Amino acid sequence: MSPSGAELLRTIKSQIQEVDPAAVHEQLGNGTVLIDVRENEEFSVAHLPGARHVPRAYLESRIDGVVPDRDAHIVLYCASGNRSAYAARTLSEDLGYTDVSSMTGGITLWKDRGYEVTVPRTLTPEQRDRYSRHLLLPEVGVEGQLKLLDARVLLLGAGGLGAPTALYLAAAGVGTLGIVDNDTVDLSNLQRQVIHTQDRVGEPKVDSAEATIANLNSDVRVVKYPVRLDASNVMEIVEGYDIIVDGLDNFPTRYLINDVSVRLNIPVVSASILGFDGQLSVFKPFDGPCYRCLYPTPPPAELAPSCGANGVLGVLPGTMGLLQATEVVKLILEEGEPLIGRLLLYEALGATFTELKVRRDPDCPICSRDPESISDDEMGVFPDYEAFCAAAG
Amino acid sequence: MATVKIPPVLRPSVGGEKTVSADGSNVGEVLNALASAHPQTQSQLFAADGELNRYVNVYLNDEDVRVLDGLSTAVGEGDTLVILPAMAGGA
Repeated sequence: MSPSGAELLRTIKSQIQEVDPAAVHEQLGNGTVLIDVRENEEFSVAHLPGARHVPRAYLESRIDGVVPDRDAHIVLYCASGNRSAYAARTLSEDLGYTDVSSMTGGITLWKDRGYEVTVPRTLTPEQRDRYSRHLLLPEVGVEGQLKLLDARVLLLGAGGLGAPTALYLAAAGVGTLGIVDNDTVDLSNLQRQVIHTQDRVGEPKVDSAEATIANLNSDVRVVKYPVRLDASNVMEIVEGYDIIVDGLDNFPTRYLINDVSVRLNIPVVSASILGFDGQLSVFKPFDGPCYRCLYPTPPPAELAPSCGANGVLGVLPGTMGLLQATEVVKLILEEGEPLIGRLLLYEALGATFTELKVRRDPDCPICSRDPESISDDEMGVFPDYEAFCAAAG
Repeated sequence: MATVKIPPVLRPSVGGEKTVSADGSNVGEVLNALASAHPQTQSQLFAADGELNRYVNVYLNDEDVRVLDGLSTAVGEGDTLVILPAMAGGA
């Protein structure tokens, strides 16, 4: 007569080594290979510190990869000590492992004894669904998606460039988006600033951007700065962010943000647009040139018109903003070749891209120096600063 | 003949063209030829002392002429000069 399941389990337990959680606890970090044979969902909730994961269903096919040494000291565990008993018999009887035991009572008894467990960070089922196209990419995966969720990105402006950048970074699951903008939504913005809507004309842009992002992805926390960036507030706002996205519309603030980014060693993904033309580069302090290495001084006002004065094709900030968002994601993931030391020019009417080399200036007034020595007073200042700002009004 | 790429802010000074051809054996000669043909560009490109304005970057193909030989950098047939002033538009 065939044995019942309970009888089989008793028989198997009599044939294998069992070990008490107290003994396993003493052996932790002692060369013992601890293997959790439960299912994925169980392992991801909590497991013993340092445990490797080989679900029992994959034991025979995966154990060689995890423990090639047949004489290793192996302790298996599951929820209550039954599945690990079966697994222990498989390893010793069928696969020739010589030193295998099963932990009595499993992780349940372990926890009852008050021993610590590791709660791994992972994605929720909803996040696995939302970011499934990312998870399929080896360059992103769960680890990369967690990096995105942990990342803090500061967007300077929720205008032409900031609008598409913010939308796509939010969609990608960048966990914290700071947005600096003291403007309100105007009807003339909607030709290109796709994060804002008709019914929000007159509202602060930071509120409008926050509302759109909240509807798009509740994983994203928006930090609003409804102020104009200047020397008095810039350090306080910027500190603590991983990446700055510069879509500013004026030179004094671009120089200011450059100097702060060098001082705090924060990379800046910088773009600018005018008419049908766009420029893009990544200024990563000390790895490549800074904005001042590229442009030591701003042009006079007549050679530096604004989009408000000169016009801009509505789709152009979309193109340039998404190239910025792409560079941001690459920096967070530490994948690919960031646009450091290179300036990309896009001319929409001719549909041409031109790439230029940007060198570090060994005499750069900012990034050639010890960042500690950059004082508050000189940040954002450039030759003829007073005259420039007076002319710019 | 070298090809000179003209940035948006200088295009009104060259009749709206995006590229202009100009003769010269080095960067200075090419840019002077450009300024002779289109006098409005003279003060936009050059300071009173004849040097390039500091806010104008000039690239020979993809390299900044400041890290080459500046205005003396040799220019060959078929080379492209890119004139690039800083742009700040973002909104």
